[in-house]
Amino acid sequence: MSRAAVLESTDEAVAGIEDGSTVLVGGFGLAGMPFDLIDALIRQGAKDLTIVSNNAGNGDVGLAALLAAGRVRKVVCSFPRQVDSYVFDALYREGKIELEVVPQGNLAERMRAAGAGIGAFYCPTAVGTPLAEGKEVRTIDGRDYLLEYPIKGDYALISAYRSDPMGNLVYRKTARNFGPVMATAATTTVVQVDEVVPLGGLDPEAVVTPSIYVDRVVPVETRHYTVQGAR
Amino acid sequence: MTTDTTAAARSASASRAPSAVDHPLSMAEVAAVIARDIPAGAFVNLGIGRPTRIADHLPEELGVVLHTENGMLGMGPKAEGARIDPDLTNAGKVPVTELPGAAYFHHADSFAMMRGGHLDVCVLGAYQVSERGDLANWHTGEPGDIPAVGGAMDLAIGAKDVYVMMTLFTKSGAPKLVRQCTYPLTGIGCVSRVYTEVATFDLLPQGVHVRETYGITLDELRSRLDVELH
Repeated sequence: MSRAAVLESTDEAVAGIEDGSTVLVGGFGLAGMPFDLIDALIRQGAKDLTIVSNNAGNGDVGLAALLAAGRVRKVVCSFPRQVDSYVFDALYREGKIELEVVPQGNLAERMRAAGAGIGAFYCPTAVGTPLAEGKEVRTIDGRDYLLEYPIKGDYALISAYRSDPMGNLVYRKTARNFGPVMATAATTTVVQVDEVVPLGGLDPEAVVTPSIYVDRVVPVETRHYTVQGAR
Repeated sequence: MTTDTTAAARSASASRAPSAVDHPLSMAEVAAVIARDIPAGAFVNLGIGRPTRIADHLPEELGVVLHTENGMLGMGPKAEGARIDPDLTNAGKVPVTELPGAAYFHHADSFAMMRGGHLDVCVLGAYQVSERGDLANWHTGEPGDIPAVGGAMDLAIGAKDVYVMMTLFTKSGAPKLVRQCTYPLTGIGCVSRVYTEVATFDLLPQGVHVRETYGITLDELRSRLDVELH
């Protein structure tokens, strides 16, 4: 993996994302959502995308805007239905989008496995539930587990707080969420950051995502949205 | 727990179930009852919705550390006004605060600490709980209802003790503590205790034990539930 490129525009940052790509999109609700990269992806025009993200969009911004633009064929997520997920809800009810529901911890661990070179793993989550259908069950030391496969992305679009010119990343509070895991699990990892600090400006002991996982970094104006209360 | 299951023995055992108060509890009072049972210094996850309110009844000196699955230990109360930070929310996406000693981590770590058995207690809401501790709380299964599981299945099998906080009956009066769940399951054999407005139940390998009642007699409870009570 060559060193990360620090780019000037989000349009450069999302260049090359092809139709039909699997794109891992960071964020838990709106915290950590890479709004600027998604807006650039909408301008870029790639379609038939499979989006892997915790939610399926909130309000009209970020992932919801990408869905509204008709670019997404399938959403793999843990929690689509929220008080403000009306864009997804309408597409789903009209049969215009596929949904694969994955328990939140499995979503994270399956991406972690992809990034860590694990072929598959046995996990106790969802045993005996409808989400176990079609999965191999293995009993280990008297407890049942399901065989879970990695989720790998062609691209990851994530948001971090600061980067250095190498692409080392630190995050801010619970906006960290899926970012560090997704960064490891995609062929090309694209990060929007609030700030690129000079080399040596990040404490190596405090780096959360080491630069080896990062391909493209683009600084953006800080932009936040707060939506109160999912159900 | 006695193995004598004659009616007389059951009745004698039943009469010992403590009646804590003489009226059904409000859900705020249920939250207080649960808070009372959480051990000092425990690591605890409070599910979205009603269980969130338990935090209001945990005195600071108890030293309980709250986990939120979106990547934090040491979560503080809901943020208001100028303290609202869009980068700091709970699992319900509500802005919250951090307490001294808080720690942040990514999602795979957050669920590893859950699945790995490091959380002491998790409190979840439920549509139904079976007498064997099966939990149904993620999906009504009705046509047109969009399935959304979030962290419910991971939490159900993760914490050392999984408590449920719910009303014992639906609005139409149907019991929610049942022999067998009819709603789609979240986890099997995972619930150890059920807190409701009229009684608290321990789900033991031997069966359902009534821990406390609130404004209801055991006979009345028995008549309204289709599970055997010990």
